[in-house]
Amino acid sequence: MSTPVNISLTVNGEMVSRNVTPRETLADFLRISLELTGTHMGCEMGVCGACLVLLDGQVVHSCLMFAVQAGGSVVETIEGLTERAVIADIQDAFHQRNALQCGFCTPGMLMTAYALLSRPGIPSRDDIRDALSGNYCRCTGYESIVDAIETVARRRVLAGRQLEEAGA
Amino acid sequence: MSDALTSLDRPNSYIGRSVPRPNAKRLLAGRGRYVTDIVLPRMLHAAFVRSPYAHARIVSIDTEAAQRMPGVRLVATGKDIARVCKPWVGTLDHFKGMKSPPQLPLPLDKVVWSGQAVVAVVADTRALAEDAAEAVVVEFEELPVVVDIDAARAPGSPVISPELGDNVCFHGKIDTGGIDDIFASAAHVVDEEFHFGRHTAVTMEPRAIIADYDPNEMRLTAHHATQTPYQFQDIYSRHFGIPEANVRVIAPDIGGSFGMKLHVYHEDMAIVGLSMILGRPVKYVADRIESFVSDIHARDHRVRARMALDADGTILAMDVDDVTAVGPFSAYPRTSVVEGNQVFRLIGTPYRFQNYRADLQVVFQNKVQMSQYRAVGHPIAFAVTERLVDMAAAKVGLDPVEIRSRNLIPDDAYPCAGPAGYKFEALSHHVCLARLREMMDYDRLRAEQIELRKQNIYRGIGVASFVEISNPGPAFYGVGGARISSQDGAVLTITPSGDVRCAISVTELGQGTETIIGQIIGEHLGVDRERIKVITGDTETTPHGGAVWACRGAGIGGEAALGAARKLKENVISLAGSILQEQPDKLDVRAGWIVDADTGRQRIELSEIARIAYFRSDTLPPGVQAQLTVAHHYAPQGYPFAFTNGIQASHVELDVETGFVKILKHWVVEDCGRIINPLLVDEQMRGGVVQGLGAAFFEECTYNETGQLTNGSLADYLVPMAVEMPDIEIAHVETPTLDTELGAKGCGEAGTAASPAAALNAVNDAMAPFGASIAQLPMTPARILKALGRIS
Repeated sequence: MSTPVNISLTVNGEMVSRNVTPRETLADFLRISLELTGTHMGCEMGVCGACLVLLDGQVVHSCLMFAVQAGGSVVETIEGLTERAVIADIQDAFHQRNALQCGFCTPGMLMTAYALLSRPGIPSRDDIRDALSGNYCRCTGYESIVDAIETVARRRVLAGRQLEEAGA
Repeated sequence: MSDALTSLDRPNSYIGRSVPRPNAKRLLAGRGRYVTDIVLPRMLHAAFVRSPYAHARIVSIDTEAAQRMPGVRLVATGKDIARVCKPWVGTLDHFKGMKSPPQLPLPLDKVVWSGQAVVAVVADTRALAEDAAEAVVVEFEELPVVVDIDAARAPGSPVISPELGDNVCFHGKIDTGGIDDIFASAAHVVDEEFHFGRHTAVTMEPRAIIADYDPNEMRLTAHHATQTPYQFQDIYSRHFGIPEANVRVIAPDIGGSFGMKLHVYHEDMAIVGLSMILGRPVKYVADRIESFVSDIHARDHRVRARMALDADGTILAMDVDDVTAVGPFSAYPRTSVVEGNQVFRLIGTPYRFQNYRADLQVVFQNKVQMSQYRAVGHPIAFAVTERLVDMAAAKVGLDPVEIRSRNLIPDDAYPCAGPAGYKFEALSHHVCLARLREMMDYDRLRAEQIELRKQNIYRGIGVASFVEISNPGPAFYGVGGARISSQDGAVLTITPSGDVRCAISVTELGQGTETIIGQIIGEHLGVDRERIKVITGDTETTPHGGAVWACRGAGIGGEAALGAARKLKENVISLAGSILQEQPDKLDVRAGWIVDADTGRQRIELSEIARIAYFRSDTLPPGVQAQLTVAHHYAPQGYPFAFTNGIQASHVELDVETGFVKILKHWVVEDCGRIINPLLVDEQMRGGVVQGLGAAFFEECTYNETGQLTNGSLADYLVPMAVEMPDIEIAHVETPTLDTELGAKGCGEAGTAASPAAALNAVNDAMAPFGASIAQLPMTPARILKALGRIS
């Protein structure tokens, strides 16, 4: 039961291979074994959203799955998205709008924002609030986060149109 | 052209400007460094065996099996840790007659709440420590449980700490006289009994501490998720017998605090003791379930209150009885009396009336400790006051805005004092009320409300005025004997490159302390804020100070920074005068240059002054010694507190079939004096409002009759989430305090102070057509349906 199991997976673009105990959660594995401390733990029961990561492109709670279950998968954390610069515009909008205070929920918020903004179109404020409703933030009162995500959505659509026009 | 310029157009004019936080970028990149993230060499992890009973005698503890478990390095009981830690007592001298029993990290012979840590297990990993904790056998003998506030005070009730005689921690009275006569002859009297549940901070990052004791040098380094590192330096020094200079408390990035992380917790003290016993770093991070049973809870009041008015709706008097239950003892070092003390002193404070009687009883019970949390006492005081004002308006036949207009302290009546003794320097209730009315389009909403009722849509509008205590002087804790500083200090240095480094004792929790301190220094020193590095949260590298609580960071820390910047600028100009052979009063510093004060002509760059001072002092005139580091401290003088004020409004829609309330919109008009950064102030307001709305609608620590917390997880305890929260519109009135040059007051608690009151009034307003009312928070759907008579 506590005998370590070897797993190999891709984390933030790098192949990693480690021995993990079967009871170790993916969140603990990322934070402790890989020292990717940008993934946070707030409730350890899939409610607060601080531990969200991308697993094979899907946003999942890393506290709710075991590391062994992630063997063979492609995992991306806040560190990876930051390095790839795919959320740079979202991070900048959060910064300008002060859509964070203590920052503990922020990596999870950015995961949700990344997923929401990967869909076409401009979400309504209600859509954004709905999408954020698995992410608990005690500091901001949420409005600034909604504002920041809305801003990025508009900018991206505008940039897309400009690109189209330039191409046409 | 100069006509079009404002003060914000000058170089380095940062005060009043919305600028983003430089230190937020690392948090956005996942590069925050919270205590939770820190790993030290040879670090061990602790887990605790907790009491399943709310009140029980410890018969025996068997740790033998646990000690043999893999990876276990130490299993410690109360007796073991008591050898290295002196007990503490949570009383303050200025609360006359208050009492509380001595406390230790782990109990010796009895447990007094369910969830209390009894045995500590230290192992190589947290998982191994938890495994071993399960193998510890504690035999308990149950004792009668004290839960209910009336039962706790009844004659013959079991007494939690028999040496204290009874379960009353503190009894306070205020009486301006003649109250019974005023009520007997008043044209109108309204009264209500209010119930305010317990709720808790639920910070995103739970409590976390790493204690690292080095026996070779008798040195303790504590990486501690707290807002008050200096207070803990003092406590660790005194209670563990370590010289103060050998205790270093580092508070790195903190994942939320809201007052919760400034109290002494038994586990945290145990961790320091364990590290001393082991001579190795020991880490403890509360999991969420542990947080619910061991973090301080807040509020928990039953308030009976009445208000007397004359025929015109002028408030004549209030009469209040507050009973608040605080757990088995009073928290240390700030006590659990401050909450109730602020409730019974703040009630009625926005209004003119001067006749007041109030009784406060603070009661012990077998639940986890209750103590200060964001807006201490304010939400209770204003929910009670503002609900009674609305009830009075209905009785007299006045609109809620009109009755406030008649009774709020006039804006030209300052300075003045309230009946409970609070002194007000200058407030702006009427300007705020007028601004709110306009901003929310009050008259239109009232008209719409009437129309919608015809379609069986029940909307409610609730208004709530408030004041907020900020910039507290030593009257708050110091006079009571607590070693909690009311002063703050800043050490300001020009570095050899001409950059600026500020080490300051106010701390950063994400609210933006470092940003506003940088703004103040930039403006008053005359340098770009990009060149200013602000250092906080480390007792070894920053001066001793109060840090942040009771909304003091901007007002007190900001004034310390301003004074330091002034002093340093004087030194820089004096040195520049020597170098340039110019009269210092002809020079100024702007954007990192020494300039001619009159013309702004650039004379010499600050970096060049620094270069000369540090590396070519031989070129300075004889006798000139450059002083490019200064220290400055500031403690409030004048008013004991700088009161802020404001008004909030809540607009809700009530579904009378389900009891669900949709919060449509919320407004705040507030006056926190000089605003340093509007962006940050607005976000303090919004976050504060939402915490108050959580208390109004969702959050409650529910207990059963045996003192067991029945909803201690984030799946069971409801917190406000994005989808339930409204957009919040904010406006400001600025009445700077004249006690300081900066003029800033606090803003962190105003949102929480009155949003529950506004929500309570709004829901009652929505229910009014049914003749129903509610006076209990949180206003859950079940309680609302009960109030409407739809369920029993």
